[in-house]
Amino acid sequence: MKRKPARTGRTPSPSRGKRRAAADFYDLRLYVAGLNARSLAALTNLRRICDEHLEGRYRIKVIDLIERPKLGRGDQILALPTLVRKLPEPIRKLVGDLSDTDRALVGLDLRPRTSRRS
Amino acid sequence: MQRVPKSPTGIQGLDEITGGGLPRGRPTLVCGGPGCGKTILAMEFLINGARDFGEPGVFLSFEESIEDLTLNFASLGLDPRPLSARKKLWLEYVRVEPNEIQETGTYDLEGLFIRLGHAIDTIGAKRVVLDTIETLFSGLSDTRLLRAELRRLLTWLRTKRVTAIVTGERGDGQLTRHGLEEYITDCVIMLDHRVEEQNATRRLRVVKYRGSPHGANESPFFIDDAGIWVIPIASLGLQHRVSPTRVSSGIPDLDAMLGGKGYFRGSSILVSGGAGSGKTSVAGYFVDAACRRGDSALYFAFEESTPQISRNLHSIGLDLDPWLRKGLLHIHAERPTTSGLEGHLSVMHRLMTELQPRVVVVDPISNLITVGTSAEVRAMLARLIDIMKVRLITALFTSLTSDDTAAGGTDVGISSFMDTWLVLRNTQVNGERTRSLDILKSRGMPHSNQVREFILSGRGVRLLDVVRYEGRVLVGSARAAHLEQAPAAEPRAARRERR
Repeated sequence: MKRKPARTGRTPSPSRGKRRAAADFYDLRLYVAGLNARSLAALTNLRRICDEHLEGRYRIKVIDLIERPKLGRGDQILALPTLVRKLPEPIRKLVGDLSDTDRALVGLDLRPRTSRRS
Repeated sequence: MQRVPKSPTGIQGLDEITGGGLPRGRPTLVCGGPGCGKTILAMEFLINGARDFGEPGVFLSFEESIEDLTLNFASLGLDPRPLSARKKLWLEYVRVEPNEIQETGTYDLEGLFIRLGHAIDTIGAKRVVLDTIETLFSGLSDTRLLRAELRRLLTWLRTKRVTAIVTGERGDGQLTRHGLEEYITDCVIMLDHRVEEQNATRRLRVVKYRGSPHGANESPFFIDDAGIWVIPIASLGLQHRVSPTRVSSGIPDLDAMLGGKGYFRGSSILVSGGAGSGKTSVAGYFVDAACRRGDSALYFAFEESTPQISRNLHSIGLDLDPWLRKGLLHIHAERPTTSGLEGHLSVMHRLMTELQPRVVVVDPISNLITVGTSAEVRAMLARLIDIMKVRLITALFTSLTSDDTAAGGTDVGISSFMDTWLVLRNTQVNGERTRSLDILKSRGMPHSNQVREFILSGRGVRLLDVVRYEGRVLVGSARAAHLEQAPAAEPRAARRERR
């Protein structure tokens, strides 16, 4: 468990230069409002998904908007929690605590969008 | 009853209808169809607040980017940039893109709260606009959650003690598409933009105002480069200043008929008559007299061009050119069909604001009937007269009537708005046409009840006593012949004329 609303929860990953170059590297930002139950659930779910599908090729940055309200404007954040996939492009936005793993995987393009069910 | 504290909008007419503005520290719903003027009303509320009432404001735009918004408003003369540069105004675009968002579990709208709260705290905002918050429903699918969050947002706005405008698009069978009126119960204003017989008319109605009496009528409004302008119908003609000062009609004989002094300043004068009966001449003398006094005059010509008016008046000894050159007289010539009634009213309003005339002529109002129904023309004139009375402008309106109806009523039936009504008539007697003038009414002054013969010549306008002989009224050459024979019976005015 993190002590603080971790702004930069880093995961072990290859060196910076190599990471930038990789086309399948995932740069993720998780926006939350304080460390409430929902924020923690989102972070736990995100870590689980990343460990399972993106081992060694992702970075998670957690941004607490209560601490840094200015940052909400840039990524057009409305709902919280919101996960923004900055890389690979195009940018994707996932709203919610990521408890619906299937939708989260589709949103991150880790599963094809073929099964268009509700 | 305890009075609801109010925040003035600074929008002409709206504060009058609402008895002082919107409920302070509470949200107001402004709703209506697309293009009805919601965003403009909201922005003007913020700009006026920041500029004139020391209340900084936050504008959250859910539909237009700040660049687009700024450009649109700059073109309307409501440029928000100077105020936002001074941190009196905060404009922020909240983009909701339907296809960009994947929902993966529970969430709330805390992000929106935080952004809005940050904006409010940064500039110390007292006013907030959310335009149009219902856009959220197109981006997020959990309607139940959104409704709950909207309710929470509005409660939160009340605790922030900001006076807010929340706009909403008109919905089927309800005021707004997503029933915002359920959450915003303090004040609801509805705007409407309809087109009738090719004329666009905008109307505003206060549907609800908790704890405050308000006008329930629909009030027309228009948008020009001075912003929104609402005409409270109910106030018509009841609370104006009145002036005991008199102004000359420019025709000494007519002044004599009007209690010896002419019209009241700030009154409305109707000059009706058939084609060629001399209406424009009466108007011409009126503006000439004004300019001679040093009063600026504004002439709206709906029939003739400026050179045409000037040339024609030359023929009766009037030269308006010096006044035009000096800038004392401004003639605005326009075909009635170039715009709708609202458009004309808007132009008139703008010119009266710019030029601050003391005297205005509208020549003729009967032409406006080509662009509106007579009820609409009547309503428009009522508003026009209202504007003029407030500014203490003496206004002369000409109206073309067929000779038969000249006495009965004008086509647009507006005589009740008029303080003085002059009727000009063409009469044909003994194979010649002569003109006559009489004063049908003139409120608040003794005036002549006689019909006078109205002579237009290169030397000006004269009004002669008519001559009665053997029960007949003698005019024109019959009068001249009669006077030749009976000089003793010659009336004074006629004697003067012959000299």
